[in-house]
Amino acid sequence: MSENIIEMNKINKWYDDFHVLKDVDLNVKKGEKIVICGPSGSGKSTMIRCINRLEEFQQGSLMVDGININNNIKNIEAVRKDVGMVFQHFNLFPHLTILENLTLAPTRVKRVPKEEAELMAMEYLDLVRIGDQAHKFPGQLSGGQKQRVAIARSLCMRPKVLLFDEPTSALDPEMVKEVLDVMVKLAKEGITMLCVTHEMGFAREVADRVLFMDEGRIVEENNPNDFFDNPKNERTKNFLSQIIH
Amino acid sequence: MNKYFQDEKIRAQIFQFLTLFMILGIFGYLFHNTQTNLEKQNIATGFGFLKFEAGFDIGESMIEYWSDDTYKKAIFVGVLNTLKVAIIGNFLAVFFGVLIGLSHLSQNWLLRKISKFYIETIRNIPLLLQLFFWYAVFTENLPGVKEAMELLPNIFLNNRGLYFPIPVDTKSFSFIFIALVISIIGFFFLEKVRVKKEILEGKSFSFFEKLNYLIFLLPVLTWFILGSPSEINYPSLSGFNFSGGYRFSPEFSALVLGLVIYTSAFNAEITRAGISSIDKGQWEAASALGISKSDSLKIIILPQALRVMLPPLTSQILNLTKNSSLAVAIGYPDFVSITNTTMNQTGQAIECVFIIMVIYLSLSILTSFVMNQFAKRFQIVER
Repeated sequence: MSENIIEMNKINKWYDDFHVLKDVDLNVKKGEKIVICGPSGSGKSTMIRCINRLEEFQQGSLMVDGININNNIKNIEAVRKDVGMVFQHFNLFPHLTILENLTLAPTRVKRVPKEEAELMAMEYLDLVRIGDQAHKFPGQLSGGQKQRVAIARSLCMRPKVLLFDEPTSALDPEMVKEVLDVMVKLAKEGITMLCVTHEMGFAREVADRVLFMDEGRIVEENNPNDFFDNPKNERTKNFLSQIIH
Repeated sequence: MNKYFQDEKIRAQIFQFLTLFMILGIFGYLFHNTQTNLEKQNIATGFGFLKFEAGFDIGESMIEYWSDDTYKKAIFVGVLNTLKVAIIGNFLAVFFGVLIGLSHLSQNWLLRKISKFYIETIRNIPLLLQLFFWYAVFTENLPGVKEAMELLPNIFLNNRGLYFPIPVDTKSFSFIFIALVISIIGFFFLEKVRVKKEILEGKSFSFFEKLNYLIFLLPVLTWFILGSPSEINYPSLSGFNFSGGYRFSPEFSALVLGLVIYTSAFNAEITRAGISSIDKGQWEAASALGISKSDSLKIIILPQALRVMLPPLTSQILNLTKNSSLAVAIGYPDFVSITNTTMNQTGQAIECVFIIMVIYLSLSILTSFVMNQFAKRFQIVER
């Protein structure tokens, strides 16, 4: 087995006539941190959503931890156990308490006994520094707290890969840092991360590689320092000049 | 004076007072008018007639009733008949409504089209017409007694009704049923106490959770105490008719079937609207965690959708209950039809209409109350 945990090979995807992903190739090594940026509509969210099959693709192949992602339901189930995801809009379950949000998947999907699941959930809630809110409902938390709960929720499945889909874009500015701090902490613990974000400070601190996507293609990839200080592609330069004020 | 009239609050009060005055005036006039007219025609007012002998038979009754019983008892028999239709009908209509609503959202093309066809056809045909149709099917098209269809083992259908087995000792089983209801209520109460305690003390009492299920031993225990009755009364052909078991008459069956089929279509649309109203992100979050589609629906989507669905669903439950008064058209003795007969025999039109109004009003208020309590359970806590 190769040491690549994700192998994307010439992935193509269309929404009806619209060609979203064009021949996307990407290999991710175990433990690697990857930051993906690009203008909206460039296909970056769609690409990472292919990894846990929230989106289907029409051409190409995708292996995640040795599992081929195709129409096989067993494979999809297996991959989703190994890949966690954090969404832009948190998507917590509003009718369940924070603790229930965390224990639901382990008890339902992995058949972990309830007591054990709750202990693990409390551990992760403490990790994201929110243990005292365990019995509240999502509606009672701030945006930053919600996103930290969402991170803890995906960790409860003990995933091998974590996907972040613009985790800080829906947050008030003063709450971005508390979420990024948690993400940096996770990155340092060695989990494989793919993160769609425009937080450059975060990218410089943790990313091994930064990818730039435009119109469905990966246009440029480099280590964070070279990427930001000295971009080669014209479109990357354009984009970076727009997000740096 | 002008100053007072420009004050917002005083103005509002003056207008309210005027409205009240007008309403009282109109009702006062109507009441007085009726009173004098009734006196002119020598019609006695009041509810005294309820104690008189009814003198008519009732096709089917859940309690013992003879034609020399009072009007009061006759109307009570009617109320029970209405309740029987309303309770059985609503349970089935909600169950099938949710099922058809879910099929309408299913990935399966055929299922989706069939449910769409069902909804669009059924809800666009007047209910009365559908009731006539089902009544005709039950009385004209079903086989006679000797050729009765056996739908399931020991369940028979013919043009005299639907027959199925029931326990011989109905009295004991009504106690067991009550015990079951008590244990369900008790279970929810105990669970509530446990959850509250968990939140207050910040630790899990999963030990009690298992213990709380023990309350369901209550109906089992009742069964043992009553001498574990287990004899079943099976319907069977004897002579020219079926005997034994329990019978739903063709009128009852046609009424329930018609109401259920009609109301299910509306309930299905309510279900579809409720589920569609839930953010796509909820499905995605559940999928990303590896939770299966059916589990997502059960644990995540439906509990949230119910919050949106309950108010219109309550309206449909009330509608079915009130639409059951169309029973009069196919000869099922619901309480409107019995009260109508009473009205024709006694001439006490105002009192009878009043009784009908009061009973429907109390049924509706009771239903709304129960549904509102139910809705509180699904409220989402914010802030």
